[in-house]
Amino acid sequence: MPEYAKFTEDMIKTHTILVPDMLPIHFKMLISIFEAKGYKLELLRNDSRAVVDEGLKNVHNDACYPALLVIGQFMDALKSGKYDPDKTALLITQTGGGCRASNYIHLLRKAVAKNYPQIPVVSLNFSGLEKDSAFRITAPMFLKMLYAVLYGDLLMTCYNKCRAYEINKGESRKMLDKWHRRLCNIFLKGSRMFLKTKKVYRDILDDFASIPLSKEKKIRVGIVGEIYVKYSPLANNHLEDFLISEGCEPVVPSLLEFVMYCAAGTFNDAKIYDHTTKQSIFNKIGYDLIYAKQKELIKVMKEQGSFEPLHDFEHLRKLADKYINQGVVMGEGWLIPAEMAALAKSGVENIICTQPFGCLPNHIVAKGMSRAIKQDNPNANIVAIDYDPGATRVNQENRIKLMLANARL
Amino acid sequence: MANKYSLGIDVGSTTVKTVITDADGNIVYSKYQRHLSKVKETVTDQLKIIQADYPDETFTVCITGSAGLGLANSAGIPFVQEVHAAFLAVKKKQPDADAVIELGGEDAKIIFLTGGVEQRMNGTCAGGTGAFIDQMATLLGITADQLDELSLHAQKIYPIASRCGVFAKSDIQPLLNQGARREDVAASIFQAVVDQTVSGLAQGRTIEGKVLFLGGPLFFLSGLKKAFKKTLGLDDDNAMFPPEAPVFVAYGCAIYAAAAGDSFHIEDIIDKIRTAKASDDIVTGEPLFRSQAEYEGFIDRHRKFDLGYADIHTYKGDAYLGIDAGSTTTKLVLITDDGRILYHHYSSNQGQPLDKVSDQVRRIYSEMNPGITIKGSAVTGYGEDLIKAGLSIDHGIVETVAHFKAAAYFCPDVDFIIDIGGQDIKCFKIKNKSIDSIMLNEACSSGCGSFIQTFAMALGYDIAEFSQLGLFAEHPVDLGSRCTVFMNSSVKQAQKDGATVDDISAGLSSSIIKNAIYKVIRANSPDDLGKNIVVQGGTFLNDAVLRSFEKELGRNVIRPAISGLMGAFGCALYAKERAGDEPSKIISAEELENFTYTSRSANCGGCTAHCQLNIINFGKGRRFISGNRCEKGGGMANKNTVPNLYEFKYDSILNTVKTHQPRRYRGTVGLPLALGFYEQLPFWHMLFTTLGFRTVISDESSRDMYYLGQHTIPSDTVCYPAKLTHGHIENLLDKGVDFIFYPCMSYNIDEGNSDNHFNCPVVAYYPELLIANNPRLNNENFIHPYMDLNIRKNVIKVMGQALKNYNVKGRIPEAVDKAYEALQTYRNSVTRKAMEIITQARAEGRKIIVIAGRPYHIDKEINHGIHKLVSSLGMAVITEDSIAGLASTPKLGVLNQWTYHSRLYRAAKYVTTQPDMQLIQLVSFGCGIDAVTGDEVRHILESRGKLYTQLKIDEINNLGAARIRLRSLVAAMEQADQKPAKKPVVQPV
Repeated sequence: MPEYAKFTEDMIKTHTILVPDMLPIHFKMLISIFEAKGYKLELLRNDSRAVVDEGLKNVHNDACYPALLVIGQFMDALKSGKYDPDKTALLITQTGGGCRASNYIHLLRKAVAKNYPQIPVVSLNFSGLEKDSAFRITAPMFLKMLYAVLYGDLLMTCYNKCRAYEINKGESRKMLDKWHRRLCNIFLKGSRMFLKTKKVYRDILDDFASIPLSKEKKIRVGIVGEIYVKYSPLANNHLEDFLISEGCEPVVPSLLEFVMYCAAGTFNDAKIYDHTTKQSIFNKIGYDLIYAKQKELIKVMKEQGSFEPLHDFEHLRKLADKYINQGVVMGEGWLIPAEMAALAKSGVENIICTQPFGCLPNHIVAKGMSRAIKQDNPNANIVAIDYDPGATRVNQENRIKLMLANARL
Repeated sequence: MANKYSLGIDVGSTTVKTVITDADGNIVYSKYQRHLSKVKETVTDQLKIIQADYPDETFTVCITGSAGLGLANSAGIPFVQEVHAAFLAVKKKQPDADAVIELGGEDAKIIFLTGGVEQRMNGTCAGGTGAFIDQMATLLGITADQLDELSLHAQKIYPIASRCGVFAKSDIQPLLNQGARREDVAASIFQAVVDQTVSGLAQGRTIEGKVLFLGGPLFFLSGLKKAFKKTLGLDDDNAMFPPEAPVFVAYGCAIYAAAAGDSFHIEDIIDKIRTAKASDDIVTGEPLFRSQAEYEGFIDRHRKFDLGYADIHTYKGDAYLGIDAGSTTTKLVLITDDGRILYHHYSSNQGQPLDKVSDQVRRIYSEMNPGITIKGSAVTGYGEDLIKAGLSIDHGIVETVAHFKAAAYFCPDVDFIIDIGGQDIKCFKIKNKSIDSIMLNEACSSGCGSFIQTFAMALGYDIAEFSQLGLFAEHPVDLGSRCTVFMNSSVKQAQKDGATVDDISAGLSSSIIKNAIYKVIRANSPDDLGKNIVVQGGTFLNDAVLRSFEKELGRNVIRPAISGLMGAFGCALYAKERAGDEPSKIISAEELENFTYTSRSANCGGCTAHCQLNIINFGKGRRFISGNRCEKGGGMANKNTVPNLYEFKYDSILNTVKTHQPRRYRGTVGLPLALGFYEQLPFWHMLFTTLGFRTVISDESSRDMYYLGQHTIPSDTVCYPAKLTHGHIENLLDKGVDFIFYPCMSYNIDEGNSDNHFNCPVVAYYPELLIANNPRLNNENFIHPYMDLNIRKNVIKVMGQALKNYNVKGRIPEAVDKAYEALQTYRNSVTRKAMEIITQARAEGRKIIVIAGRPYHIDKEINHGIHKLVSSLGMAVITEDSIAGLASTPKLGVLNQWTYHSRLYRAAKYVTTQPDMQLIQLVSFGCGIDAVTGDEVRHILESRGKLYTQLKIDEINNLGAARIRLRSLVAAMEQADQKPAKKPVVQPV
């Protein structure tokens, strides 16, 4: 194996770091945080069929679909000629853990090394992996990123609700764009305004609440599943848009839940396996901090009253215990059954579980848990949809339509 | 105002159905018609027929069906999901039904009506029902009706993989080639459809009560009806096949229309359909040829690679016969001393290869000039053994060798050969005049020649005509590069979006090529293949496929004019090389006149594998037996045994529980013989027996064991080893144990030399899935605690809690320590045995094969006897875990974080230091982790001058493909031995 290119100190100034597309609302704010520190980043938006083709060419075809898409998106962008390979770097998240997703970065490096050996691949992780990279997250940056996720989740929740019921077409989008710009600016300028959470939350909520909505009753459809496929329109064939066009309200759990799930994993394992480490203690402290922030947001949402608050994470953990042990930490692990149960309990009984075809953890935590969840919630209407380079949209949509027909029974 | 009439239009994947109901909901008109992919035209035609009868009528109208969605959207006509439409129809017509099973062209659906309404459809992978039956009929060279007729005279059922059409196909093909009765195969095909429906759709819910059967196939095929009734245990009263079955969904659609559809004048409906715009979602590529002149240039270029011909009637002298008994086709070539062709033949074998070949040999005898002497004969292909035995052919050679011989004849410098046949894609890289690596398609991606053919027929064309259409298509559609089932739905979508047959034909050609290049060969660029590429196989006779290949590679390749006959030609060349002074011992013209054979099936009693045998009797005491994995069944004496570590490990694990059982015990604990237990059983057995429990393991795996737990499998795409676990749990429950113990373990034992030591998600957490899906399990009879075996105090604590009802806490530390010891003893015994085998093999001059997989691959239902196959080729077998400790992990390009998988890397590294060892990686289908390890193990081996062979295994019980690969491996090893040893490459450790 050849040595891969490293991201060095001087590259911060010279290189543009490409970021894969997953959750544009959140990712753009996160990018602003890095830009404030002098990095140059660009969120990729290419989503033609060529992305899939590049993925198929560069990744083992049995690798999971998210890896194939993320790598395909990078390769497609690099081949477009828009980026100077000598001044470009690639950013990919790395979670670690027993799922093969922790190998994405290696698969990407293999693909890049063949065509562009000079391009460094940068790891975004919070576990101290890849210490030799100049791409570093400082504690204040970490804190800002946490806030960006909170704001992103709030915007996403309000936007999804309003856009399903808005009377004047496009109004919710405008509101989203307005707040998105404003928040990105705050992070970009390094303003401390982002700390005034209560006020900003309140303003966002009030603003979205002012959008006139119809009183029409719509089928509410929860979307859970593998993190990338769940959020990325590229991966899920624009699932949210499709649901809106079918007259439904998509309900998408927040990104923070996944962040907290990851944070809880380490100290939870420490407890289960009697193996406390420095890292597990550190994670517990981090988790408590994030949880306090989540509770604050939930409180403001409850007080304001127009939108359904996010799932309280400790509540999710309790719900999980009914179905599966929190020791299940590969992939999205116990979070998926917990979210399905939470959705069903809060009246969102129609649930689409999005998953890459052949996803290993999802055999257990998604398809494997549906029966138990349906037993407790007889009205739960759960459908698992596989995403894959070969799966056609018509096939997926037809199955979703069947689920909706069930919902209307 | 309520309309008098309602119109339901059901546009399925292969047919269009229309139904009109009157104000009282009675069917007053219905029609069922195949649309041959001309969806809009067929719908319009049907509506015109209706218009003739109801010229001035207004209808409430609605569209349904898998191909109807797009049409409804673009025509502005309401749509209802087809399963829901069926539900509405059933409610009206058959309100007492408890469940509905509907098979369509490509979908399977089930509706449960009593005890909670539930509507389900097959997932994206389990496609192929009606279309699958059509495909199978094509394979047998008959119509679906004839298939049905045959099935009624069956005597036995063969197990055929029921997961998906492609899998089933690779089970059926060898059965046919080995001479199984067509009647039995026909019935087995129907049984596979039934099993697929029951396991894929019911998923834990029992199908009982009154069952309504719907859809075309279930209406027209009585053999299929019979199979369903038998499997579900239904009598005539409970199995309902309504006369309206084929149009039932359209009827439901009309009911929906009556309640919720918009009303239009018939004229308007026709107009809307006719002017419906195709969506622009469709992705298209460049045309294959821009002009007739470009095409002619292409034809001229390829015409250069042809052989000379000689007249069989006038030629006198020596001749050599080559036979390629392929999976779907039969090829024969008779050549002269100087390589000219005297006779050649290429045709579908219609499932009867022996008949085909003997007919052809008969013809050769009758046409041949009496001055011709056949000096040698050789045969290759799936039917090799059968033909060789039946017709006394001189040599049987492995396909790869035959193809290489033929390719080198046309291009002595050839460095890459790709052969796309009816059922296989084979690619070989040639280095130093010998086969360096072999790539074969796996069972999943068999989108090969027969696939285009089936498609052509489904669209109403013959294959030549169909591929010709693609040559000048203006906008070939991009259909993806996945397996047949996926391609079916891609084609469906393209049709929906208005692609023409020309565009689809060109698109299919390019799909096959992309599949070969990116999935089978896994190339990144044309340079990965080679400079001198020879293409062959019948599929490349198709100019559209050849052109797609050249376009995708961006370079010209060589296609010999006898592209389809290369295997046979290679055989003839081989026969010529080996010919001595004597004539060939091939069956004589007189003997051939009276040549007949009979076939019957039996089960081998040689060992517990009970291989299913096909015995073909040629008369005069000559017979041919196939289906056996080892020599025993072949009627041969058991020669001196070849040492085999797989057998040793398997026996050791089974024998574990036979010793150290307490005479008086405080309880019986059941341990499933599945997944991780194939390695950790000694640990748990020792732990529990030391604590005074009796341990019981589940019975050995078998197909029946799989069926036993099939109804509790929630995910049909999980690996076969995991699926088998469900049966083991049922088996233990039936044995009446006090509780089953099955721990969850994120981590396996840390063996060092790796980044981490996880289990894969399936091995780690399968108990969670079992308890959530098997209603017989609960927290009392199924103890599945979480623990980390690396942390002794954790194991002690967790076991203390798990067994708190048994008052054994104080003895646990001692038991745990003894358990660790027992596991170590077992592991040591495996290593020691491996060393013995290596020593013995070297003394006997045998090659040593490391079959590298997972501990559970020693299960014979999982490995299907591959290790025996290796033994039967005279090679000793050892395992990855037995030698992993002898090398340290090489530098890897991936995260090395799973215990079992990290052994693969170390074993591969060790193999590269041993000249007489080669490694075969066993991969269970659906194992996502081996997508990571496969490339890495390949790299370790190939970069150090070893061959890489990967065998994918699933529930398919057919070793045909494995046999070819193993024999190719042997051939390559022999060739390597003949060459002077390469200078060792110095590799940093």
